[in-house]
Amino acid sequence: MNQLLYSKLPIFFKVNPSLITSVGKICLDRPVMLASGILGISLDVFNRLYRSGAGAVVTKSLSTEPWDGYPNPTIFSVDGGGWINAVGLSNPGAQNFAKMIESNVDVPIIVSLVGSIPEDFESMIMQFKNCKITAFELNLSCPHVAKVGLEVGDDPELVKKIISAVKTSTNIPIIAKVGLGTSNYLNTVNAAIDSGIDAITAINTVRAIAIDVETQRPILSNKFGGLSGTPIKPIALRCVYEISSKYDIPIIGCGGISTWEDAVEFILAGSSAVQLGSAIGSNWIHVFNDINHGILEYMKRKGYSKIDEMVGLAKKS
Amino acid sequence: MQRNHNHPKICIVEKVIDETPTVRTLIFSDDVMHNVLPGQFAMVWIPGLNELPMSVMVSKESGKAAFTVRKHGLASTGLYNVQVGQQIGVRGPYGNSFDLKQGKLLLVGGGTGLVPMMRLLTFVKPTDDVTLVIGAKSKNEVFFEELANDLLKNNVHRVIITTDDGSYGEKGFVTNTIEKLVNENRFDGIYTCGPEIMMYKTVQLAHSKGLFVQASLERTMKCGVGICGSCCIGEDLVCKDGTVFDGDHLMSNHEFGSFHRNKAGILENY
Ligand SMILES: Cc1cc2nc3c(=O)[nH]c(=O)nc-3n(C[C@H](O)[C@H](O)[C@H](O)COP(=O)(O)O)c2cc1C
Ligand code: FES
Repeated sequence: MNQLLYSKLPIFFKVNPSLITSVGKICLDRPVMLASGILGISLDVFNRLYRSGAGAVVTKSLSTEPWDGYPNPTIFSVDGGGWINAVGLSNPGAQNFAKMIESNVDVPIIVSLVGSIPEDFESMIMQFKNCKITAFELNLSCPHVAKVGLEVGDDPELVKKIISAVKTSTNIPIIAKVGLGTSNYLNTVNAAIDSGIDAITAINTVRAIAIDVETQRPILSNKFGGLSGTPIKPIALRCVYEISSKYDIPIIGCGGISTWEDAVEFILAGSSAVQLGSAIGSNWIHVFNDINHGILEYMKRKGYSKIDEMVGLAKKS
Repeated sequence: MQRNHNHPKICIVEKVIDETPTVRTLIFSDDVMHNVLPGQFAMVWIPGLNELPMSVMVSKESGKAAFTVRKHGLASTGLYNVQVGQQIGVRGPYGNSFDLKQGKLLLVGGGTGLVPMMRLLTFVKPTDDVTLVIGAKSKNEVFFEELANDLLKNNVHRVIITTDDGSYGEKGFVTNTIEKLVNENRFDGIYTCGPEIMMYKTVQLAHSKGLFVQASLERTMKCGVGICGSCCIGEDLVCKDGTVFDGDHLMSNHEFGSFHRNKAGILENY
């Protein structure tokens, strides 16, 4: 509806906007989720984040065995905003984690998985058969751990094998999380769609480094890490726009979102929901409700009743 | 350029003091760290080796601060071995601080948990009546007794030392002494930092008498800023919601006194 006309309508004609959104088969009460790897190892914390307004929480990426990750320093704060992290995918392993979330009732949990071969993913998915889970997200894009993440995502043939295997082993929706590696990420997206993926999350952190001038050495113990937060927002937004222009697939936008305006930009570029992580480091967990509130006000002002009505609008102009 | 407190600031270790055969204090110059609140911590980078959370120790000299470290794991042993003239990176301060009441105060510290207690002592009013209990395994592990007496020289105060083996001060576990003190006195505020079992019993005893009590907790930390989740205890994040928690809150946290998480995030028993 025309915005001017809408604002002139008497109040009883206006529909209350709703934050409910669907990412393909995945239905969420609110469009802003917690991104993987942020505060993501305890069910108690998930409950708290859900109460704070997150539409879903994505877990830390889990592997078949527990991983300690890299030694500290694992996180570096970039001047002017953003973080470079090389946590090294420390996680309690799929089995321990599944046990911990067995008691989940309320929280929409998306379980993030990392592995090298189809069997890794299949065996981990089996561990969650007694858990209430909204979806699995395959991390095909971590930029700082060998043999998993981007090293898998950069190989579209391997991506096909993994997703095809996973799709036959469960009916739970599967999301592929892509990032910027050494090959064109759109080839990975293409391979994932060909193999029946349910949705795409874009993007992961971008490979980066931090150097200290006084000691004249890289700061992170792993030297390389992944850049997240505000510096990557325009790049992530470009990826969402590109994917949604090229393919008909539900998208979850991720990268540098910290305000409602950021979230709306990603929706207008073609994502049905968004994830955020780094913003928690600066705005703490209030960020979820702040963004939810901002999106609602925007919808009221522009006359939208559903998130769906706004998805991809920027591509029409 | 304005200082980004999340950036490691390179400081040079100016002096090293041996407190016990396994505990050292490293002194450096930094205005921000000199002025931190009791309970706050810094992330300390030992270039090329590791980074770890450290409570910031007081220094009497203006513009200086210190870290008091026990050699234990890789990171703490690395910091312990830092020599005068070597560089360390310091970011922070992070976390909240103790809510210091006035009147009759009880402070309970064990090991390097005494560090925030010493800083807290610099904030007491001259009218406060202060009891400090230091728990140690044996005589050669007792430190900061003299410093505490000095910091409290203008107050009505006592410093009680307990050693598990009785080689110095009162014999027995520190918690037996706390129990006696709590039964015989009406404290306006109780503050504790040290081994978690000691803190748990202190909080439990104080809580059962309806006394105001706070503890400063320790967990595995990677980021210090509330992103990584490694420091969670129940639904709380020690780096962001703490390190200081009220006794009431802690008694409802099912992990306090029972579990901590290892580097992989797996719950382990104390
Ligand atoms: C400390 C940290 C740990 C992360 N761990 C993971 C992970 O385990 N799996 C994953 O898929 N992405 C991980 N990420 C990437 C985030 O999920 C997200 O894609 C990225 O940070 C961009 O979003 P942001 O700018 O909102 O943080 C991590 C990011 C950070 C900062
Ligand atoms: S240390 Fe990372 S969240 Fe507390």
